Amino acid sequence: MFNSQDLIPLNAYLLIASILFCIGVWGLINSRNAVRVLMSIELMLNGVNINLMAFSSYIDGNIIRGQVFTVFVITVAAAEAAVGLAILLSLYRNRTTVDMESFNLLKW
Amino acid sequence: MTISTSTELICFLILSSVIVSGALGVVLIENIVYSAFLLGGVFMSVAGLYLLLNASFVAAAQVLVYVGAVNVLILFAIMLVNKQEELKPIKGLKIRRFFSGCVCAGLLALLFRVDITTNWATPGPKAIGEIATERIGEHLFTDYLLPFELASVLLLMAMIGAIVLARRDVISIELESKDSIPQNIIKNSTDNVLLDQSSD
Repeated sequence: MFNSQDLIPLNAYLLIASILFCIGVWGLINSRNAVRVLMSIELMLNGVNINLMAFSSYIDGNIIRGQVFTVFVITVAAAEAAVGLAILLSLYRNRTTVDMESFNLLKW
Repeated sequence: MTISTSTELICFLILSSVIVSGALGVVLIENIVYSAFLLGGVFMSVAGLYLLLNASFVAAAQVLVYVGAVNVLILFAIMLVNKQEELKPIKGLKIRRFFSGCVCAGLLALLFRVDITTNWATPGPKAIGEIATERIGEHLFTDYLLPFELASVLLLMAMIGAIVLARRDVISIELESKDSIPQNIIKNSTDNVLLDQSSD
């Protein structure tokens, strides 16, 4: 079993996670389709998960608390996706659109 | 450089390029069905990164939950709300995108600086490798028992909430009227009861 700490530095994983998170933030702000907003949230959660896993493997290698946290984050992400898509379906049933700009019901 | 380390490096480069380009495709491609499939590719590549980090259990959980459940759920939602609609043009959309891109690039630069300049406490203790699955099980049933049980309660609440939110309200009508459901009510249930009265 080769050790992953030899060649790839921890920074490489952190950079990938940062890029994924920032792409998710941009998509979250700029998407007009509500389904794409949910997809961007999933991207952000995956970036955070990569971060947790990298730290768990490189710094906390014998206790791996980060992997347990990742499992919990995956659980919460699944629940969030289910509830978010249910909200989206009921919104679509009432408004017959998925355009984020027309969802201004809670805006003053 | 032995062959295992070079293979690991090549795998990491391929996976990271697939992740970055796939994520860009998810947010930039116009057709949302392509975006959903690219999202599945991104999830698979993230699972590959987890395998590189000696975490086989979390990689399997990622594939099962994200690719198998979340991505399929998103595809179902796309199929259910798939209406080709002309989005109303918004003035200043380009400027808005540009400025939000600037903000995200600034956030990215900040994160990059933190990633590169911080002295992380590497190398840590030796990674335990393949017995990580057993260790996760020990964690879940000893010191993380309360979050584990709370996660089950959360999943139950999410399931009930999703059912309540997504069903059509025809059952109560049937109980009240004691006869068959009039079809016009189902048809009228798509009326814009929540439509705001303000002029858009």
